[in-house]
Amino acid sequence: MNQSLTSFAYLVAAVLFILALRGLSHPTTSRQGNRFGMAGMVIAILATFLHGGMDWGWALVIVLGVAIGGSIGLVVAQKIKMTALPQLVAAFHSLVGLAAVFVATSALNAPQSFGIGTPHHIHTESLIEMSIGLAIGAVTFSGSLIAFAKLQALMKGTPITFRGQHQLNAGIGIAILLLVIAFVASGGSMVLFALIAVLAFALGFLLIIPIGGADMPVVVSMLNSYSGWAASGIGFTIGNLALIVTGALVGSSGAILSYIMCKGMNRSIINVIAGGFGNSGDGAAAAATSSEGKAVKHGSADDAAFIMKNASKVIVVPGYGMAVSQAQHALRELGDLLKEDGVEVKYAIHPVAGRMPGHMNVLLAEASVPYDDVFELEQINNEFATADVVYVIGANDVTNPAAKTNPQSPIFGMPILDVDKAKTVLFVKRGMSSGYAGVDNELFFRDNTMMLFGDAKKMTEEIVQALGR
Amino acid sequence: MTPADLAAQAADLAHQASVLAQNAAGVAAVVAQNAPPAAPFVYLFSIFVLAVFVGYYVVWSVTPALHSPLMAVTNAISSVIIVGAMLATGLHGSMVAHVFGFFAVVLVSVNIFGGFAVTNRMLAMFKKK
Repeated sequence: MNQSLTSFAYLVAAVLFILALRGLSHPTTSRQGNRFGMAGMVIAILATFLHGGMDWGWALVIVLGVAIGGSIGLVVAQKIKMTALPQLVAAFHSLVGLAAVFVATSALNAPQSFGIGTPHHIHTESLIEMSIGLAIGAVTFSGSLIAFAKLQALMKGTPITFRGQHQLNAGIGIAILLLVIAFVASGGSMVLFALIAVLAFALGFLLIIPIGGADMPVVVSMLNSYSGWAASGIGFTIGNLALIVTGALVGSSGAILSYIMCKGMNRSIINVIAGGFGNSGDGAAAAATSSEGKAVKHGSADDAAFIMKNASKVIVVPGYGMAVSQAQHALRELGDLLKEDGVEVKYAIHPVAGRMPGHMNVLLAEASVPYDDVFELEQINNEFATADVVYVIGANDVTNPAAKTNPQSPIFGMPILDVDKAKTVLFVKRGMSSGYAGVDNELFFRDNTMMLFGDAKKMTEEIVQALGR
Repeated sequence: MTPADLAAQAADLAHQASVLAQNAAGVAAVVAQNAPPAAPFVYLFSIFVLAVFVGYYVVWSVTPALHSPLMAVTNAISSVIIVGAMLATGLHGSMVAHVFGFFAVVLVSVNIFGGFAVTNRMLAMFKKK
């Protein structure tokens, strides 16, 4: 196929990818957007098949590869539980990272295929781009693997920190930079190339181990961003427009999501990456000391059902605990029953609820909660004052008034859902342990708070039964 | 200064200009011969920078409720890196390139199909009242 026609096809693909992201501005246009994305991918792949010099024997091998990978992808996508979405996305990011490493390796070995020179005579520019693509790809790969292991609970979610950690990471970063310079100066030494890869793998691993479980929304977004920059790096290496544009889109998308997540916690990205937050573990000791002398009111499912039935407006605040106990379906049943009784039911979602951006929205959508009933923090925060009941299920820190009142608190300044303004707050919790940040929630001890101790799903089901009686 | 002098000067200048033009053409030809066949870095970089801005504005318009599908779909489209993997596999490069290219094709195919499928599954769940 004509060179400029191929380039034109890549441009069309890039435009379709932009439209795919644009479609996500509203649920009604989103599926159309996804189809644009698929169309763009098909065009990019077909254009590449028609690239001059494509060997048809090897083209069949490519088709085989797509068939193998594609079927694995389809099966996984159909089988995955929506609660396990964060780890799936982390795993997907690692694949992009590793693919970038592989493509960079191929480009070094067969530069003539990409029009960047001949073996041992690769353009200097291309060597720079190649090594940057390699390094970011490798960091993305190993970093995403660790994020996956933490989210899948193959590894403890608690931060792993040690003395001199940041100095070590900085040292490795500088070493990679020096190696890149040496690699370019050497005109493409394979040994230096391998060394860059190894050090970048190590850096990705070391960067993610100190970051705790609840900071995962930031990590997953950040790795999303890295995978984009890696794709862009490879795009520069092989001079492909679709890759450069897509990489830039994905890179900035991930960066914006990281920013939104950090803002949701009122922490800087540096603070999150430095890690070690929430070191106090399950906070059992903290709860034991500070709850001394204070009494909590606790109730049963029947009490909760009675209070909700007599309310005119109920706001549900879901958190990661809802995902863990898979309570979303029971929660929707509860909402339906209340609506039948003429109670107004709304859902309030904090930006960092769950383990990835928008996680709670997907889970509620899975349980067929209409999206018109689901609100973001800014949209609904004024309404808590008019609510009779707030049902907090599996959330804690995002409701803690200490974020507003106590400058000593580690979560001070974090935007919270003002659940304390409601007439009654029902807290579903397994025990009195503190939240992820290791701070006590004074809401538990207020007069208008009723604690419902138990598993989120079981408790919600019991309330549903009590309402049915 | 007589008109004859002026005419002589003008002729001289014209001659100098033509010599300069010839030199310039020669230099340009040498540059053109030595220039890499690929698009100059600065063009690609301009596209990159503009794309970052496009991404910035498009992503801010995404509703927060759809941030999870956004992440899944960006992951799927970043798999357009398959273009590089296909060139490595399919062109007459080297055996190393064929092998690494093939594995890269398999990896990103998981992402392409898995990413779009899981996005589709998520989006299908978002319903109106």
